[in-house]
Amino acid sequence: MSSIVPTGVDEVSTADEEVETSAGERRFSFDVRESGIYVAFLLIVALFFVLTDGALLEPQNISNIVVQNSYILILAIGMILIIIAGHIDLSAGSVVAVSGAIAAVLMVNHDMPWPLALAVTMACGALIGAWQGYWVAYFGIPAFIVTLAGMLVFRALTLVVLGNQGIGPFPDPVRTLANGFTPGYLGNVGLGPLGGADLFSLLVAAVAVTGIVVTQWRTRAARISYHQQVDAFPMFGAKVLGASAVVVFVVIQLARFKNLPWVLVLLALLVLGYSMLTGRAVFGRHIYAVGGNRQAAQLSGVDVRRVNFWIFVNMGVLASLAGVIFAGRLNQAGPTAGTNFELDAIAAAFIGGAAVQGGVGKVVGAIVGGLIMGVINNGMSLIGAPSERVMLVKGAVLLAAVAFDVWTKRRGESAPR
Amino acid sequence: MSKDILHMRGISKRFPGVMALEDVNLTVRRGEIHAICGENGAGKSTLMKVLSGVYPHGSYEGKIEFDGRPCEFGTIRDSEQRGIVIIHQELALVPQLSIAENIFLGNERTDRRLIDWNKTNALAAQLSARVGLEENPVTRIQDIGVGKQQLVEIAKALSKEVELLILDEPTAALNDDDSEHLLDLLRGLRAQGITCLIISHKLHEIEQIADRVTVLRDGRTIETLDLGAGEVSQERIIRSMVGRDLDHRFPHREPCIGEEVLRIEDWTVHSPTQRHRAVVRGATLTVRRGEIVGLAGLMGAGRTELAMSVFGRSWGTGISGRLFKNGREIQARTVREAIGHGIAYATEDRKRYGLNLIEDIKRNVSSAALSKLARRGWVDDNREYSVATTFRSDLNIKAPSVLVGTGKLSGGNQQKVVLSKWIFTDPDVLILDEPTRGIDVGAKFEIYTIINRLADDGKAVLLISSDLPELLGLCDRIYTLSAGRVTGEIRGDEATQERLMHYMTMEQEQPA
Repeated sequence: MSSIVPTGVDEVSTADEEVETSAGERRFSFDVRESGIYVAFLLIVALFFVLTDGALLEPQNISNIVVQNSYILILAIGMILIIIAGHIDLSAGSVVAVSGAIAAVLMVNHDMPWPLALAVTMACGALIGAWQGYWVAYFGIPAFIVTLAGMLVFRALTLVVLGNQGIGPFPDPVRTLANGFTPGYLGNVGLGPLGGADLFSLLVAAVAVTGIVVTQWRTRAARISYHQQVDAFPMFGAKVLGASAVVVFVVIQLARFKNLPWVLVLLALLVLGYSMLTGRAVFGRHIYAVGGNRQAAQLSGVDVRRVNFWIFVNMGVLASLAGVIFAGRLNQAGPTAGTNFELDAIAAAFIGGAAVQGGVGKVVGAIVGGLIMGVINNGMSLIGAPSERVMLVKGAVLLAAVAFDVWTKRRGESAPR
Repeated sequence: MSKDILHMRGISKRFPGVMALEDVNLTVRRGEIHAICGENGAGKSTLMKVLSGVYPHGSYEGKIEFDGRPCEFGTIRDSEQRGIVIIHQELALVPQLSIAENIFLGNERTDRRLIDWNKTNALAAQLSARVGLEENPVTRIQDIGVGKQQLVEIAKALSKEVELLILDEPTAALNDDDSEHLLDLLRGLRAQGITCLIISHKLHEIEQIADRVTVLRDGRTIETLDLGAGEVSQERIIRSMVGRDLDHRFPHREPCIGEEVLRIEDWTVHSPTQRHRAVVRGATLTVRRGEIVGLAGLMGAGRTELAMSVFGRSWGTGISGRLFKNGREIQARTVREAIGHGIAYATEDRKRYGLNLIEDIKRNVSSAALSKLARRGWVDDNREYSVATTFRSDLNIKAPSVLVGTGKLSGGNQQKVVLSKWIFTDPDVLILDEPTRGIDVGAKFEIYTIINRLADDGKAVLLISSDLPELLGLCDRIYTLSAGRVTGEIRGDEATQERLMHYMTMEQEQPA
């Protein structure tokens, strides 16, 4: 590193002083923009918990929320990467449909073994993503147009592949992946007044909680050793405790019902993997760099086209996975599968704190955004609200979330450009 | 009617971290062509934006009086209603619309709320004739040349019954014929009683056309010279533009110059939009170890284009020429290759090309050499933090921590982040493009200190600057560029601003 140390400088401009104070104040307050989404989620859950007389958090209902929203959440993971890079994908729903159709033809009509069929389907998804990624990244057509075209093309392909009819039923393992639960490997244990619960699930919860505590603690310790600013211990403890409590609560409820849904296990692994990718991998950093300032990224040696290409390939793979799960859940691949899924995934990403201009967003945020919509859907149907009212509320929540984001950003802006 | 049409008194305008104008006074006589001169960053454009209401009343201090009445413009519309029209350097025309549509854009000729196309086109034809524009009014702007587009702008101003016409570098993008035509037109307008304020770098044009010239320097008025008597030479204006005490503005350095590190040979670059137009023509230059080499030139001389095309062909098409690093020919076809060869380029436009303003200092510092902080594709956050923190203290980036967003920093501190980012790539050659643009005096000194230390560390520095004293104060050698050609190479201790200006404005034979 360089030995540069400027000397003889004592002038500090007023603008610098302003920075010092404003950032100094923020250090002790709550970062509303970062944490607002989690608070909003808890408030919405609490609201519907009251409105449904507790039915919302019944074991079976929690399981339903997870299983019913899993494919949207998987799409939201792919979508958030695309949105961070400053693009959009309108074709995800159609890719879900065509993937379900391909899987159905392979598994049902051709009796292909399901793991192979799944792999082939996901390879097709990758190909679809590469197709769209090529036009966006290397040909320079805006993703809005490319994926709008894709939305039509892949819906049309769905109809061609299916020959205009539903195909099913799917093999049992696929249905289990979409709908099923981990078997009770270790039997049940009694939880007093809560009744019996699956021991294996509880052990998974224990491992997860240990994992959260240990990694958070080690991150904190490492940061302290590098003299970085960290949360005060009570705040840190509250955050870790809160996260652990949510995990333990959800798993206990699930363990009392039919154990862990397989899609929950899959989702947890995806969230973990993609959070690592966006937070710590060089490739993830490049996605943020491209979305934040494309030209600056280019001039810093980031291969912008390569980044854009691969996030669309990734989206194709995740959409095909979601497609198989959705088809497996319905036990049939239909021509209208996945309609409007892309809109739900996009909404999840934006509710979860992504910025329309790109450069901002988190995988966990998108998941929580998706869950907020899932809980609203589920809670309102539990209290018997008509579907038009559900749509109305979801629309209002999306607008409110983004308005809040714009408002906090405007407030945080200091100097005019 | 008084003799003076415009008085600006005690105008001060402050931007975060920079005092752009300080107690500026300007008086313009009715019916004269009044030129405003000054180096880049002297405050000319800012002053005109204050006058035309781009910066609304209240965002600056001081008083403006036009035609005997005080002015408190809130928008450009307000100033246009009083007959003050500004034509910006970047023309504000819509390429897809016709000449007539552009002339009356925002000021449409209507008949019962619908556009009256006959009236529009007929009036446009009249106005075109007044400015000597021989084009059908329905021709689209994108189908005519820049020179004619400039005329459309003037026609547009005339349609607003302009009394005071402000032109910001009107001939910067024009060839000689078009410039000559434009200057004739301005003389014609003067004969019709229209007052003109013209900002220009081209002193010979000012000498030809202006009645008086006001010189700005560092945001202050220096003097107003009367050109009518013919006693004021270009040299006199240059002296006024640049004349200041250079003794204490630059940190001292004992150059320790080694062998040649970078050689650019016969380098030619074409414009990506006008592929036949060469922006850099056969440029050859070298930079040695521990040497600070200046690259001087007026706007449009091709300095940035030269630098960016060398830096991984990030600008231009049809690039030819050879690149040598430490005597061996190298290829730098992408930015990554250029960085790999130890070349760094810190852009002149740090907000658009240099920084990710929504990210923090830490991530900006690491962004050009992230792989140095990564193992098997995973970034070591903590090392990144400590690297950024080291730079923060070494380069004196004023922020409470490296987790502060770069969008919230002042210009000087943003520039230090950009420099940190490139120093972290551990380059052998640093190309610094206008590293002190828009930065206040204190921060400039710090940047100069950093540049000197880089040279002392054995880096080869190529410094592009429009600030001539800066080049004289820092550089061991200075190349001048004019219209894409290297027109001079001067040793730092032999260079004067007058000599540089002479080479920078050297007329070039037009290429066949």
